[in-house]
Amino acid sequence: MKLPVYIGLLDEAEATLAASFRVVAEGHGDEPDVHFILQTLARMCDAHREALKPVIDRYGEDVEGEEEHRLTANGVTEVRSGPLALMLDLQDLYVLVHHIDVTWMMVGQAAQGDRDKELQRVVKQCEGDSELQIRWLKTRMKQAAPQALLVAE
Amino acid sequence: MTDRISDIWGERTAYGAGQAWPERVDQVLAEGLAADDVDRWVQSACVLCSNGCGCSIAVKDGRMVGIRGRKEDRVNHGRLGPKGLYGSWQGEAHKDRLTRPLIRVDGQLVETDWDTAMGRIVDRSRELLASKGPLSHGFYTSGQLFLEEYYALGILGKAGIGTPHMDGNTRLCTATAAAALKESFGADGQPGSYTDIDECSAIFLYGHNMAETQTVLWSRVLDRLDGPNPPRLVCVDPRDTEVARRAEVHLPVHPGTNLALMNGLIRELFTHGWIDEDYIARHTANVEQLRSVVDPWTPERVAETCGVEAADVRRAAEIFGTENKILSTVLQGFYQSAHATASACQVNNLHLLRGMLGSPGRGILQMNGQPTAQNNRECGADGDLPAFRNWENPEHVQDLARLWNVDPAIIPHWAPPTHALQIFRYAEQGSIGLLWISATNPAVSMPQLSRIRDILRQDSLFLVVQDIYLSETAQCADVVLPCAAWGEKTGTFTNADRTVHLSEKAVDPPGEARSDLDVFLDYARRMDFRDKDGRPLLAWKGPEDGFEAWKECSRGRPCDYTGLSYAKLRGGSGIQWPCTDERPDGTERLYTDGEFPTDPHYCESYGHDLLTGATTGETVYKATVQPGKAWFKALDYSPPHEEPDADYPLRYTTGRTVYHFHTRTKTGRSRRLNDAAPEPWIEMSVEDAARAGCREGDIVRVTSRRGRLEVPVRVGDIRPGTVFAPFHYGYWDAPDGGTAGGGSTSGGGAASPARPVRAANELTITEWDPVSKQPVFKNAAVRVERLRAGDGPSKAPATTASRPATGGQP
Repeated sequence: MKLPVYIGLLDEAEATLAASFRVVAEGHGDEPDVHFILQTLARMCDAHREALKPVIDRYGEDVEGEEEHRLTANGVTEVRSGPLALMLDLQDLYVLVHHIDVTWMMVGQAAQGDRDKELQRVVKQCEGDSELQIRWLKTRMKQAAPQALLVAE
Repeated sequence: MTDRISDIWGERTAYGAGQAWPERVDQVLAEGLAADDVDRWVQSACVLCSNGCGCSIAVKDGRMVGIRGRKEDRVNHGRLGPKGLYGSWQGEAHKDRLTRPLIRVDGQLVETDWDTAMGRIVDRSRELLASKGPLSHGFYTSGQLFLEEYYALGILGKAGIGTPHMDGNTRLCTATAAAALKESFGADGQPGSYTDIDECSAIFLYGHNMAETQTVLWSRVLDRLDGPNPPRLVCVDPRDTEVARRAEVHLPVHPGTNLALMNGLIRELFTHGWIDEDYIARHTANVEQLRSVVDPWTPERVAETCGVEAADVRRAAEIFGTENKILSTVLQGFYQSAHATASACQVNNLHLLRGMLGSPGRGILQMNGQPTAQNNRECGADGDLPAFRNWENPEHVQDLARLWNVDPAIIPHWAPPTHALQIFRYAEQGSIGLLWISATNPAVSMPQLSRIRDILRQDSLFLVVQDIYLSETAQCADVVLPCAAWGEKTGTFTNADRTVHLSEKAVDPPGEARSDLDVFLDYARRMDFRDKDGRPLLAWKGPEDGFEAWKECSRGRPCDYTGLSYAKLRGGSGIQWPCTDERPDGTERLYTDGEFPTDPHYCESYGHDLLTGATTGETVYKATVQPGKAWFKALDYSPPHEEPDADYPLRYTTGRTVYHFHTRTKTGRSRRLNDAAPEPWIEMSVEDAARAGCREGDIVRVTSRRGRLEVPVRVGDIRPGTVFAPFHYGYWDAPDGGTAGGGSTSGGGAASPARPVRAANELTITEWDPVSKQPVFKNAAVRVERLRAGDGPSKAPATTASRPATGGQP
């Protein structure tokens, strides 16, 4: 059974995303909406990890050989500078959230196959949050793109 | 008429539920003049708050010499408030009026002629359009111009230049009202009517110190309270306002915790079954989400979070749950605080749950802060598309392109309109190179003033300011355009309950000053903006052409003006939109049939996530909407982002006093009003003052993470743990001669103001609501230190919420 590999993957990816949100939030303190909302989104990731805890307790998250198979996305450890910095940093976050979003989808499929009601509940909640995180990032990048790409120097 | 500085609301004319509010005509004439001396009376409405009282201006020998309330007007039945009586024409007659254009030469502002001033603007404008394109231009306007002026600005910005960077100071005062109405009902538009005060059996005021912000509306409430069958009153406000003193239940919540209270009130409605299941089923969507969001908010949890009594939460909810005709009014205590849109939506939700909407006495007033804020929202000068069109709906953009006969591609609709603080951010970063500010004073009214001053003075920014006085903002400008004030130009405007008034020109503006409309039309002409067929984009000859053009733009939209005309607005009362051929007398209340403008083809917005502001988008909206039904939008409470801590232990909130408007541009120049509140102060509770070792009148330093304020203390009845500062005071009339802080005519200068530091917004945080983008003025953490003894008690008014502590005595 390889589901624990993916649950471990999710847990790690949520931790990476939370840390990345916080790095970008701190690095772009002059953009107050980015600064505050990314902190809110980071707290969502923390909550996802909390919600996963009982599932991990049941399945365990480390299995032999997982390391070779694990698909990991690197987090954002520092922000960029310059006129494109905000957009590029948000775009990095966008890629990270998508990685998680599709992982939740696959874990959700397995949870259904396994008739695991508890895991299904967790997936439903967290998938909704990932979708919201994607929508917010898109909303903000949509706003920023014309100015950054056409006018900023 | 009594002296209305001390007797703010005037004599009572009590009346009972369902009766007509009696007339009472208030009038002030210049000293030594009698009514017989007046040459003529000119019809207008007052622009010194959002109430929109109908009035007539007295003219003698070509000068304004008096004001009188119009008894036939539905808004005020003849009354006027202290600001209208003592600060309307008086506030415009000061020797400081700008009479000639100014341009900056070698760092100094010097007088010039219109050709030179406009030539400078047009040169810079063309140069930037050529080198950087339309996104190099930003426009920041007001809530105090006329409808025709906003519409002209909207057209030249959206179809002439083609920039999404347009907003007004309405972002600071009324953006949340608009946002909440769009989220709940699908489009902007005030559901209720002022006449609901005449009918209601209970009034809830949420963060709305109506007694000071709309004095004539409060007179209407007082007259009901003193009559037979008075309405029950519930007040949510951390200060002991006049409203709180008359309330049956006063909920003095900690600033920043409104949403927790609202969720608790709604939970009580569910718990006790005080809801209209039939209305909910037929006219709303999403009730289960609302139910689950509010579920944890027991009265005890609300009490703990908000610092109020659980029993009072229950009492307030019971009044809302059991009274039959309830009116709710909402203002800045909600709009400028944390979770602004979500909290305002919860007011809408309370009414939807009970079907308490669209009939006499059952209404919502999501208030405006300024007299013409509504028109800015309607006309598109604040970034929204004109006539409540949806920027995400290509058909709506096509409509406008057809109307203006331009290529739809020029109309900015690819992203949300740029809100005020983002416009200033782009200016800070240098990507906006021309910022045109009309009739507002961000150097005093925006949050975190040291930053705003730096932006306005930045070399990379070409700043155009049009105003009637050399405001703190105008002092930073590259070009200053002298404009006509109220009574010196003609136009229409719409108040908070959709009442449209015509305000006629009574006298000529001073010197070479021109109406704001003439300035915008002149700019469009000089820029040679043209439509697809090569005809001038804005060929209006005057305001009436503008009004007629606007009527066409509004046709078929929620704010339909097609049944109105200047002729129809002359004489008689103001008229409420929508006003059409089918509804020639206007429309008193919206949503009388429970049908809401949420149809995806018609709605103004597809909505947002209340937590983050993420847009819902067309696909999801169309998949989930039940056309015609209102939305229950809800959000769980989370603490505000800046809360008191060891370094900054007190909560800081800002607001108005009854005697001033905005940054005192006019009211500070009225002798009567200025004498009533001549200088800034902060309010502290008896306990907090004792802890800081200060007494009434002592000079204190209030410090936040962003700045400091040094003003006298008024020890008052504000709730312990919270301090309050009026936001009106800037630097133009500071004791050092006005050269400090707000900027000097030579530009440059220190980033932080010289003493005395008096503007409340030195301390406020740069943060905004994720949906409405309204700044969070009422939520910061500060500490207070005593500096020295003052020379007697503070000069804060002793008449209203700022009066000295009474130790609980009435």
